Amino acid sequence: MTVESIALSTHSRQSEFLNGIKDTFPLIVGAIPFGIIFGVIGVTNGLSPQAVIGMSVFVFAGSSQFVAAGLVGQGVGIPFIILTTLVLNLRHALYSASLAPYVARLSQRWLLPLGFWLTDETFAVVVRRYPQADDSPFKHWYHLGSSLAMYLNWQVCTVVGIVAGTQLGGIAEWGLDFAMVVTFIGIVVPLIVSRPLLLSALVSGVVALLAQDMPNKLGLMVAAVAGIVAGVLAEQYNTQKRGEQL
Amino acid sequence: MSGEWFLIFGMALVTFLVRYPLLVIVGRVPLPDSIFRALRYVPIAVLTAICVPAVFRIDETGMLDVPALVGGVVSALIAWRTKNLLLTIVIGMSVYLLLRSVL
Repeated sequence: MTVESIALSTHSRQSEFLNGIKDTFPLIVGAIPFGIIFGVIGVTNGLSPQAVIGMSVFVFAGSSQFVAAGLVGQGVGIPFIILTTLVLNLRHALYSASLAPYVARLSQRWLLPLGFWLTDETFAVVVRRYPQADDSPFKHWYHLGSSLAMYLNWQVCTVVGIVAGTQLGGIAEWGLDFAMVVTFIGIVVPLIVSRPLLLSALVSGVVALLAQDMPNKLGLMVAAVAGIVAGVLAEQYNTQKRGEQL
Repeated sequence: MSGEWFLIFGMALVTFLVRYPLLVIVGRVPLPDSIFRALRYVPIAVLTAICVPAVFRIDETGMLDVPALVGGVVSALIAWRTKNLLLTIVIGMSVYLLLRSVL
């Protein structure tokens, strides 16, 4: 048995796929109330049940679906809702740019679905798996497991929400949408392991508060860019200081 | 709603166009090291920008929404001490929903 085949035997396609699902599980739990609430808001705001399901199947972007359903309820025009979706989802471009180096050798047969299925949750999970030192050749199967688990869960939750929205009045006011916030807090806080990373979070948070009244949730993008710039500058400053000391 | 399938098509198109192209381009065109250094700050900066306004939000009376604030801070403390995501979600949501029901 060669060294390579030993590596292959410890990381099979199947084990990567299952680990991808397993590591995504906590995020799925966080997404459940969110998906249900989307289904509820969708039907109570005047979308047909088929369109609510269609949105989850073809768009598959939780926060923008949520906002879109809200805007439909307010009678906002379709072009404006599409523009808002674009702005809200711009962060995914940053995610795919981060993941691109790890998936560069994959064929379009992989890249098309993995691109379509990219979410905050799957990104947060796979961005920790890809850089790990083991040279498993099947890390994209881990990515696929995470993606499919999120996708299927989102569809099921949407249907549950549609049923709940048509059966139970007032479920949209229960506050279940806060689950998304605590999920993201649970992802972000453990990522803060250096001072530049802490500064990046602080700057991004403060700017997000100051800029939250900008139209189309543009403040979100402004805050993210400010946080990234702050982190990079702090890291550069640290490296320079260390250089001078030597 | 009339035109809802047009809405879905438009949303699906713009979402795919922000998710997919860079996944292909960035891996094939060499980019400077500084870009990858900057990309390490993406998840923290983006997710923090989503969370902070939701935690420090103003309620109908014009005051800080106490359940969101306490729920958010408790979640952050648990995430920091335990690094356990599921525990953070369960306790954070319990605190938030409990305070909401009593306040």
